[in-house]
Amino acid sequence: MQEIVNIFVKSIFIDNMIFAFFLGMCSYLAVSKTVKTSAGLGVAVTFVLLITVPVNWLLNKYFLAPGAMSWISPSLADVDLSFLSLIIFIAVIAAIVQIVEMTIERFSPTLYYALGIFLPLIAVNCAVMGGSLFMQERGYTSIGEVLAFALGSGLGWLLAIVGIAAIREKLRYSHIPPALQGVGITFIITGLMGLAFMSFMGIKL
Amino acid sequence: MASRNWKLITMPFNKENPITVQVLGICSCLAVTAQLKPALVMAISVTIVVALANVIISLLRKTIPPRIRIIVQLVVVSMLVVLVDQVLKAYLYDVSKQLSVFVGLIITNCIVMGRLEAFAMTNPPLPSLCDGIGNGLGYGIILVILGTLRELFGSGTLLSYPVMEKIGAYSIGYENNGLMIMPPMALILVGIIIWIQRRKS
Repeated sequence: MQEIVNIFVKSIFIDNMIFAFFLGMCSYLAVSKTVKTSAGLGVAVTFVLLITVPVNWLLNKYFLAPGAMSWISPSLADVDLSFLSLIIFIAVIAAIVQIVEMTIERFSPTLYYALGIFLPLIAVNCAVMGGSLFMQERGYTSIGEVLAFALGSGLGWLLAIVGIAAIREKLRYSHIPPALQGVGITFIITGLMGLAFMSFMGIKL
Repeated sequence: MASRNWKLITMPFNKENPITVQVLGICSCLAVTAQLKPALVMAISVTIVVALANVIISLLRKTIPPRIRIIVQLVVVSMLVVLVDQVLKAYLYDVSKQLSVFVGLIITNCIVMGRLEAFAMTNPPLPSLCDGIGNGLGYGIILVILGTLRELFGSGTLLSYPVMEKIGAYSIGYENNGLMIMPPMALILVGIIIWIQRRKS
């Protein structure tokens, strides 16, 4: 249990998707103009991570990892399909995003219109693909750990995008050199926020 | 015709740079530039993937149904990335370990998808090839600038060659700036590059 809580806290603060690995920067920079829309995108990314990472973990554990298919028959024990994992992961993500989109449209039209434009974009968000790849690389052993990692990464991403959106709303009233306005200053502020987040690195979990 | 293709290659170097002007493909650009060697490998890999993906999608552009074009593009790109990944693992194992998940993340690199959507879907193969090479190199230039600055000032080496030690900088009291190899410094450096570039234009 303690292990799971550790992974959860670690993936929000220490291994933050944006400040430590720069994943999902494209939508982070493009959508962070107002707090409301960025919170919507953050929730959508968290939701998609929470579904795709466990599904990809199961696929990795039972089909893709070296020797993973020995449960079908012992003769498959030396089959290694890990070179297929990139294609399988992105196909799963694209398919799940499509299904999530249709489900939300069917059952909650209000949420669908709130997230509408962002949902299809999540399929090509690096944070979602990165979640699955980190899951594979770090070799989590139980479904609880994987869920904690997925939820923590999503919340960390949400925290980062809402934070920068709040700062950018205030920045509109500041005097910034014209050439630095917009993207330039957003990069520098993200860097400064990243420095602040680095202070969590000393925490031993 | 030839001059038009040449322009497609050179435009992304400065005026339409994918990173500093279009602001695409930031994720990998920041994460792999702590040293010059992975940055160079990444730049070459992305150039190959963008150029080939552009050609393939451009050849298929009349047969892809618009509704499922994103999935078709993803399949083409991920096939190319798997090839690049396997080649790196076979011939440059240490660099492929350093790049870790970022080779796989070329699939979701916004430059690749952006060029496919904006250019390859509506243009014939040869201009698409030029556009792909140009954008890949435009991305590569920024990667190399960042990699050089960060490795030189962060670790005092270039491609593992101890530059600062050879020119005797340490003997006159020079210290490496550890902040340069930390992730946040990459963001600040890109911000400054954008600032300089916009000041000039």
